[in-house]
Amino acid sequence: MNDTVIDVLTAICLLGGALMSVAAGVGLLRFPDLLARMHAATKPQVLGLLLFLLAIGLQMRSWVLVPVLMVCWIFMLLTVPVSAHMVGRAGYRTKHMRRDLLSMDELDEVVEKAANKRAPDRNPTERPDET
Amino acid sequence: MTVAVIVVGLLLGLASLCALYRIARGPSILDRVLAIDVLLATIGGALAVDMAVNRHLDNVVLLVAISVIGFIGSVTVARFVTDRK
Repeated sequence: MNDTVIDVLTAICLLGGALMSVAAGVGLLRFPDLLARMHAATKPQVLGLLLFLLAIGLQMRSWVLVPVLMVCWIFMLLTVPVSAHMVGRAGYRTKHMRRDLLSMDELDEVVEKAANKRAPDRNPTERPDET
Repeated sequence: MTVAVIVVGLLLGLASLCALYRIARGPSILDRVLAIDVLLATIGGALAVDMAVNRHLDNVVLLVAISVIGFIGSVTVARFVTDRK
């Protein structure tokens, strides 16, 4: 009885994780530009991995395992935002996106303000730094 | 349980096919990096499914290694993208 319940819970977790992967795949196929695709791509990396690790924990039936799986997930949580930030920033800077699909661009104001502030007292010998 | 595992395998295969299509087709290198990230996450998911179904823990280190590879790869590529046009 107890085993059946655990098996059903495991199956639900596995199916949920797999559906997250499929959602990311379909999003990669259907979405029009880089930023929209990035939105879809993060689903299996965080929630999908959490569901899969939950399934492992349920099947192994031991609490000792929980810290190991938590370390695995937290590591993913730490690295995914950093790489997403780098990719998104690079995509913005090199114009790998469709501006007509944006409803709001807050970064543009910031860049504009920074450029205006820096322009008057720029030292010509100074190496121009990258944003 | 067996049916669930088969369905999960099919779904993961479908997801990786979508990601592979975007890697082959993707208009820019950033799209490809993103698709590679999704492919790596899908592979990690498949490893986790294997661990859950067969009740072993051999692949945990491999999971962490895969997330490190995805991280280093996308950060490195994002650093060296050139302007479009």
